[in-house]
Amino acid sequence: MPWDFQTDRPIYLQIMEHFEAGIVAGEYPAGSRLASVRDLAAEAAVNPNTMQKALAELERRGLLYSNRTSGRYITEDDTVIRQLRNELAEKKIRHFLSEMLQIGFEKDELIELIQERNLP
Amino acid sequence: MQLPIIECRDLTKCYTNGSPALNQLTISLPPGRIIGLLGPNGSGKTTLIKLINGLIQPTSGEILINGMKPGADSKAIVSYLPDATYLNSWMKVDDILHYFQDFYKDFDIHKAYDMLKSLGVPPTARLKHLSKGNKEKVQLILVMSRNAALYCLDEPIGGVDPAARDFILRTIISNYSENATILLSTHLIYDIEHVLDEVLFLQNGILRMYNSVDNIRQQSGKSVDQFFREVFRC
Repeated sequence: MPWDFQTDRPIYLQIMEHFEAGIVAGEYPAGSRLASVRDLAAEAAVNPNTMQKALAELERRGLLYSNRTSGRYITEDDTVIRQLRNELAEKKIRHFLSEMLQIGFEKDELIELIQERNLP
Repeated sequence: MQLPIIECRDLTKCYTNGSPALNQLTISLPPGRIIGLLGPNGSGKTTLIKLINGLIQPTSGEILINGMKPGADSKAIVSYLPDATYLNSWMKVDDILHYFQDFYKDFDIHKAYDMLKSLGVPPTARLKHLSKGNKEKVQLILVMSRNAALYCLDEPIGGVDPAARDFILRTIISNYSENATILLSTHLIYDIEHVLDEVLFLQNGILRMYNSVDNIRQQSGKSVDQFFREVFRC
């Protein structure tokens, strides 16, 4: 299955987000080895150059590391992953809040609404 | 600075009547990219591809392929998928593979057989007995089985169904080597923009834009397809 991409944003950013979400969710476990750029590009149905660009950027951010001879791996550094998890949560909350404000919710109302919910 | 794979200087082509099909095109394309050649009908896409392949001669200006004038040496490194087939329909797929092997030093016949297998086309089938989609796929397989420096694909996904389109794009992606350049002309931008690095917009033979897909998306907040529709709105 090709990955789903929005059409109005650069694809490499969306590939990065795919990996970030996957790393946090444990779909790409810490320390696991990634497939080759070519295979990942084929899986996602994107240009290998684009995949390469996304992976290089993730590497620069410390989420991946490469081993000269054996390929690319997900970081084993817990702190980095935890920090990423917080960043993603922050992003989602900000997004949620702005949408709720847009449909006219106030802060207190929102908190109440969340507390009423039985979280799974 | 790497040698550009395609370099055009004031490249102009006039056919016998009317305005130039290509008008003073000056552009230099680096190796290692997948480049979309886009533009409305009659904008000069096929003319440019034919010039690259030495099928027609420029009226004025110059075109160089990896530093060479189009000719036998440039054709040895350019793999070309024309918009209309030139293969004999009575031939068997197998015959055509060997035909290509005789013609091109860089043709990898094993690769071609592998791809045919994944496509499920028996090598003994005659071309004329294949469906339109499969015919197109076989031609693409021939072209992509060469280890060329430049692939010129003229409308590779026109006239095939979405599943076949996926197969074709997948074949292009997985057979593309980092150093090669693919120049791909199409109207169906939406289907292919996720595999492109850069796009080159032509209109009435004039270069309207040459930019990366990421830049266009970032700057306009639109897909290349939407952007294109707005630029070329009549």
